Amino acid sequence: MVETLPVRHTFIVRITHWLITIAFLALLVTGLEIVVSHPRFYWGETGNVNTQPLFKIPIPSSRDTVPTGYGYVLPDQNGWSRYLHFQSAWLLVLTALVYGVVGFFNGHFRRNLLPTLSEISPKRLVLSIREHSRFKRPGAEEAWSYNTLQRLTYLVVIFVLFPMIIWTGLAMSPSFVSAVPAAVNVLGGQQSARTLHFLLTAVLVIFLLVHLLMIVLAGFASRIRAMITGRVAEPLRRV
Amino acid sequence: MNKLTRRKLIAGGLGAVAGASGLGIAAKLAGHYGLIPPDSAGIFGPGETLTYAAQRLLTRHSLAREFPRSEISGKPFANEVEPLGGEFQRLQHGSFDEWRLNVDGTVARPTSFSLAELKSFPRRSHITMIQCEEGWSYIAEWIGVPLSHILELTGAAPQARYVVYRSFQPEWWESMDMADAMHPQTILAYGMNGDELPVGFGGPLRMRVTRQLGYKSVKYMTRITLTDNIKSFGKGLGSASPEAGYAWYAGL
Repeated sequence: MVETLPVRHTFIVRITHWLITIAFLALLVTGLEIVVSHPRFYWGETGNVNTQPLFKIPIPSSRDTVPTGYGYVLPDQNGWSRYLHFQSAWLLVLTALVYGVVGFFNGHFRRNLLPTLSEISPKRLVLSIREHSRFKRPGAEEAWSYNTLQRLTYLVVIFVLFPMIIWTGLAMSPSFVSAVPAAVNVLGGQQSARTLHFLLTAVLVIFLLVHLLMIVLAGFASRIRAMITGRVAEPLRRV
Repeated sequence: MNKLTRRKLIAGGLGAVAGASGLGIAAKLAGHYGLIPPDSAGIFGPGETLTYAAQRLLTRHSLAREFPRSEISGKPFANEVEPLGGEFQRLQHGSFDEWRLNVDGTVARPTSFSLAELKSFPRRSHITMIQCEEGWSYIAEWIGVPLSHILELTGAAPQARYVVYRSFQPEWWESMDMADAMHPQTILAYGMNGDELPVGFGGPLRMRVTRQLGYKSVKYMTRITLTDNIKSFGKGLGSASPEAGYAWYAGL
């Protein structure tokens, strides 16, 4: 019975989802390790301990040159963190390219993510938000497609947040911006790129937490199973 | 069903063979064109190789951004090192008159230069950003002699592939490939912001590699060695940075 049902998520969606999960978690952990070596953020081209920061994270640092107010220095993890950060960035970019190209050509974006015009009318959106805020457990049909808020959120994550975090990352690279100076100039400078990179990370972490919460509310086992095997378990018995 | 499985198996096998030999050919070509960094072994090798190869293919000749004088940082951060010891102080008291930069290795004329000699050569200055791997940065004017001029004077051999460079601090040694060595912005800097290069910022002589992070801009330069075999230096990883766990190529 289950075998004859169409797949919920295609193979490409499933494999790229988990590869990007691995890459994102590695980037997150190593990124935080790198930030700890200088937990101060600036706006503009330059910034260092002699200049006024835009904001500071109130944590101790892994380097003794940063005045943090703490009397101790954290273990320095920058070496392997930087190596792993950039290797994971390659994994993320290459996987995202495969996902993007395949999704564009096989209609994944159009079919599964693009809301119809009627769905994004203000009235329908308000209704959708109201249903969400009541934590209404989705019905069986929702196990088979995304609702409007989901579609819009995924579109923003895929086409705004991820491209922006890759861009701001590249804008910090001295070699990359030597070839493409506009990549950093339009952001207002190299330290601005670093600050934006950090803020975008915060937004993506919030997305991840909400994403996980929604999966738990919708049925953790069935949603995880769908993303691993592609199948929705026992769809007819769900009410 | 059986037939399909066999066909899939054959196709998969052929695909795997083609993929493996494709990777093999790619690795051979990458090695031939100098697209593999010295620290390419190990678990982070794939990422480092992709980064270095991509930069060498796409940005080999690009110039780092240069800034107007008004962008020079009023408060640069020296990131000073531990005291350099008695011998350094002796040289400093003598206004570094006895400071020497030695050039050897695969060069036709191994030479030792004084600071006065270096300052008599054609000068190149640029207002560029120096970025630390920690995340902070500043912009300064750097004044010096192009490394390419020194390599011309000493007759760098055509087979030379890397420039190994050493500091008064023996533990801080680095190397760069010929693309960065011959790059017009790569200078041996003896001046900063219109003045002598302060000791805190690496004076009397500092390497300035504009398209890589600060740790490649070695302070207190004492020796340059050209080589075609980077594996014979240190642990064979290219420089002291990978030995300490940091990437050899710091252009990102």
